[in-house]
Formats: sequence, C-alpha cells, structure tokens
Amino acid sequence: MTEMTASVAAPAVALRTVKYKSPTARGRLPVLILFLPPALLLFTLFVILPMGEAAWYSLYRWNGYGTPTDFVGIRNFSVLFNNAAFTQALVNNGLIIVVSLLLQIPLAIWLAMMLAHKITGVVTFRLIFFLPYVLADVAAGLIWRFVYDGDYGLFAAIAGFFGVATPYVLADRDLAIYAVLAVIVWKYFGFHMMLYIAGLQAVDRSVLEAAEIDGATGWQKFRYVTLPLLSSTLRLSVFFAIIGSLQLFDLVMPLTGGGPSNSTQTMVTFLYTYGVTRMQVGLGSAVGVVLFVICVTLAFGYKRIFMRHD
Amino acid sequence: MKPATRLYLYLSLSLVACLVLVPLVTTALGGFKSLGDLRVNPFGLPEQWVWSNYTDILFGERYWRQMGNSLLIASVTVFLTVVVSAMAAFTFAHVKFFGAAQLMNYFLIGLMFPVATAILPLFIRIRDLGLLDSYWGVILPQVAFGLGMSILLFRNYFRNLPDELFQAAFVDGCGYIRFFWHVSLPLSRPIVATVSIVSFVNSWNSYILPLIMLNTETKYPWPLGIMVYRGEFGTEWQLVLAFITLTILPTVIVFFLAQKHIIAGLTAGAVKS
Repeated sequence: MTEMTASVAAPAVALRTVKYKSPTARGRLPVLILFLPPALLLFTLFVILPMGEAAWYSLYRWNGYGTPTDFVGIRNFSVLFNNAAFTQALVNNGLIIVVSLLLQIPLAIWLAMMLAHKITGVVTFRLIFFLPYVLADVAAGLIWRFVYDGDYGLFAAIAGFFGVATPYVLADRDLAIYAVLAVIVWKYFGFHMMLYIAGLQAVDRSVLEAAEIDGATGWQKFRYVTLPLLSSTLRLSVFFAIIGSLQLFDLVMPLTGGGPSNSTQTMVTFLYTYGVTRMQVGLGSAVGVVLFVICVTLAFGYKRIFMRHD
Repeated sequence: MKPATRLYLYLSLSLVACLVLVPLVTTALGGFKSLGDLRVNPFGLPEQWVWSNYTDILFGERYWRQMGNSLLIASVTVFLTVVVSAMAAFTFAHVKFFGAAQLMNYFLIGLMFPVATAILPLFIRIRDLGLLDSYWGVILPQVAFGLGMSILLFRNYFRNLPDELFQAAFVDGCGYIRFFWHVSLPLSRPIVATVSIVSFVNSWNSYILPLIMLNTETKYPWPLGIMVYRGEFGTEWQLVLAFITLTILPTVIVFFLAQKHIIAGLTAGAVKS
C-alpha cells in the first residue's frame, strides 16, 4: 500500500483527472442496484404513496373497506372548515405557535445568555433544562396531568395553601388550553436553549469586548451585537417551533385528549378523534392534506424568505 | 462579576430549575405514598415509604414486557434506518448516476411533513399488507419517515471524507461495495451514532404509530402501555406515578450517563438537516 501510493505520488495530477472521469466503473451498476432500492422502496411505499393517497381519499366518503367509490368532490374540505372543532383546532395550533415564539424562544435565549457566564454549576443547569425534552411526550403529559389534578395533584395542594377553591384546570373549557400551553413550554424550551447555547459559542468574544469598551450597556450589547449574530440560530429555532407546533399530538392526548368539549383540539388530535377512531377516511385524509399544505407552504416560504443567506 | 449579578443569575436559574424538577421529583416521590398521603401531602416526603407500589410493578410481568417491546421495536428501527440510509447516502455521495440530484430531492420531501398527515392511508396500506397488529407495521413506517433526515446526514458526512482515500482505494482496485464496507462505514462512527440516537429516541418515545397499528395489549410499547395503565387504575395516582417513574427511569439514567452524546446527537440531528 505504501509502495503503491509512493509510486503514484509523482504523476498524481494526471492520474487524478483520468481516474476521476471514470472512477473505477467497476461495480457502479451493482452498487446502484444493491444500495438504492431498499430506501427507495420503503420511502415510496410508506411516505410518498400514502401522502398521494391522502389527497385522493380526501375527495371521497369512505369507511376504509373495499375501494373508495362515493366521490364527493371537495365536500370533505367544506365540512372541515365549517366544523367548530376543526376551526378551534386551527386556532389552537395558531396559539401554540404564538406562545412558542413569544414566550418559549425568549425564555430559551434568556437562559442561554445566563448559562454563557462562567459560573459553577452551569453544566448541571444545562442538563436539568434539557431533561424535559428527552422525556416522551406521553410521560410528560401524564406527569402534568397529575400536577394539574384537582384532588391529588400539586395544584390541589397549592390552592389549599392559599385557601382558595381547587381549580380543575384541565376540565375547564376556558383554562384547559393554557394549561396545555404551559406544558408545551416546559417540555420544549430546553431544546431551543441548546440551539442558542451552540449559537452563542460561535459569537466572537472580541466583538463584545469592543462594544464594552465603547461604553455599550448590557442591553445594548445584547440588542445590537449578540442578537444579530444569533440571527441564523434564531431563524432555525423559529422554524422548529412552528413545525413542531403544527404536529402536536402526543402531549395533548394524555392531558385532555382534545377536550373538554373540543377546547384543546389540535389538527392532529382532531384527525385522530374524527378520522381514525370513526374510520372516516375521507375526512381524516382531508385534515392530512390541509396539514401537508400548511407544512410545505411554510417550509418553502420560510426557506425562501428567511433562510436564503444560510 | 459583581455579587449582585451572581445572585441574580443563581436565583433565576434555580427558579427555572425548580419549575423543571418539581413535577418530576413529586412524581417519583408520589409513587412511594399511599393515596391518602398523596391527597393531603403531594409535595413533601412520604409519611410512610410504601415500597410495594414500586415492587409490585417491578415483580409483575407487564412493565418488563412493555419495555421489552419498546426496546425490540426501537432496536430494529435503528438498525434498518442506519443500514438503509447509509447505503442510499453512499450512492448519492460517491456514485455519479443520471438523476441523482432529483432522487435526492425526492427523499428530502420526507423532511417536510410529519407522519400524522398520511396516517390514514398508511393504516390502510399496512392493513392491506397484512402487517396490522405486528411490530413490522410500526417499524417500517418509522424507518421510512426517518430516511429523509438520515440520508441527508450520511451523505453530507460521506462527502466530507477526504478524496484521497477514495482514489487510493480505487487505484488499489477496491470496488464501491468494499469501499463502503471497509472505509466509509468504519470512518463514520460519529454520524452513525447521531443517526442511531435520533432514530432510537424517536422510536422509543413514539406514540401515534403504535397507537394506530397495534391492537393487542401484549404487543404494546411503553407509551401505549402507560396510557392503558392509567386508564385502568384511574385515580389511584400513587400506582400511576410509580409506573410513570419506572418507565422514564431508563431514559433519565441513559441521559445522565451519555448526556454529551445525546445532547449533541439530538441538536446536531436537527441543525445539520
């Protein structure tokens, strides 16, 4: 091997061009035949075809048996948008996005900034804050169901301590969604914090020091130096927050299951409750199509507007 | 640093840490209480440590079966995801063929939407294939939906391996497949680790796919099992809390043991794609 490379070293330039035009045609076909089809088959069969079928089924009324024949055009979609539970789900998904952007991301940035200081215990704090993100949504949801429980939970004890009537937060139509939102922030802020910690590590210290010498206050340093330097992290974090908010399901199921009276429904819990459990394939597929269109529009629009520099 | 700043930092950080930890710690402690104790004193230490809540679960079959199911599903998912996506990514990185760029974009479509969008047609497909209520019905869609990101991560990594390796190997008469097996894969441990961690965590925590594909309780992975348990024991919160604690315990232990890799894997997995 060493002898080989030594002898090859001299005419390396010539060899590189020659070898590169036909990089050992030996085995090119076998490798394509062996290596590509498994991925292609799995992906087509379980990702692309189902998505196409969702678009197709969404035009039918169908219970999932035999073949869909009862063509109803876009009726499933008009049913959907006239359904109070579904519009509530859309509003809730919007609310989740707003809370993620206005509460969760600032919280994440604030914590990341604090953890950038060299104080003892930073690593421990970082671990603790990331912990909820690692837990399964279902487990986190059940834990918070206990926290909110009006008879045995922490809220019961807190209310008792202040001597007020115990609130049954998750059974209250008006409060339940806020309770769910709090759990979402609790569960996901650590992930965003980690993104910002990574982003902050790339910030050049000397720029901050220069600003300090010029007499910038703490807030000015943050607003005019750190934040602009974090902008690509910020765009990424916002993107994840939006996409994550749209597909929320696992966390809501153990908490409220979409209730009480549909007040905490999200698009996916709606799809599950009305499409899957009642086997209304057409209606459920229509929800899938709506979700797909929103996701793809966001992904393309966001990439085009905000991420073209990255 | 001024003492006031230091104080402010520690106070704020501790406050948030408490908000994170209190629900978790009270859950674990709640598992040691009797129901009456839990009702009057959900925050404090148990008046009497009721170990039987935990030991009954640990000596029962149910807990271990669910953990075993989850482990089996997650392991097969990780294995298939790594093998299938590494192979596909290798062709994208090293083999020039007609339509490669288009095919890569085809796989990237998978990054744009969640499983939930196609869950009903997926259910019908799995049913028609006769895979309903089998582990394969959960594993195959999981692998398929993980392919987009995994292929992207692998391809970027393979591409950055030094070109000289490739040329040296080919001069020595090494074919693509041997190169993949003897050079690419052994050099790619970090990215194999990242892909494995991401797909393992996703599968271990996954709820909606098994919920729709599995009907038999003995086949349930733990997120489904825990919901069934909670449904059965209703307001006997002390048992439910013990069960929750035991099911998240492996995650917490592994997280603390391998925190560096897990944090890096989960954030890098997200960022690099």
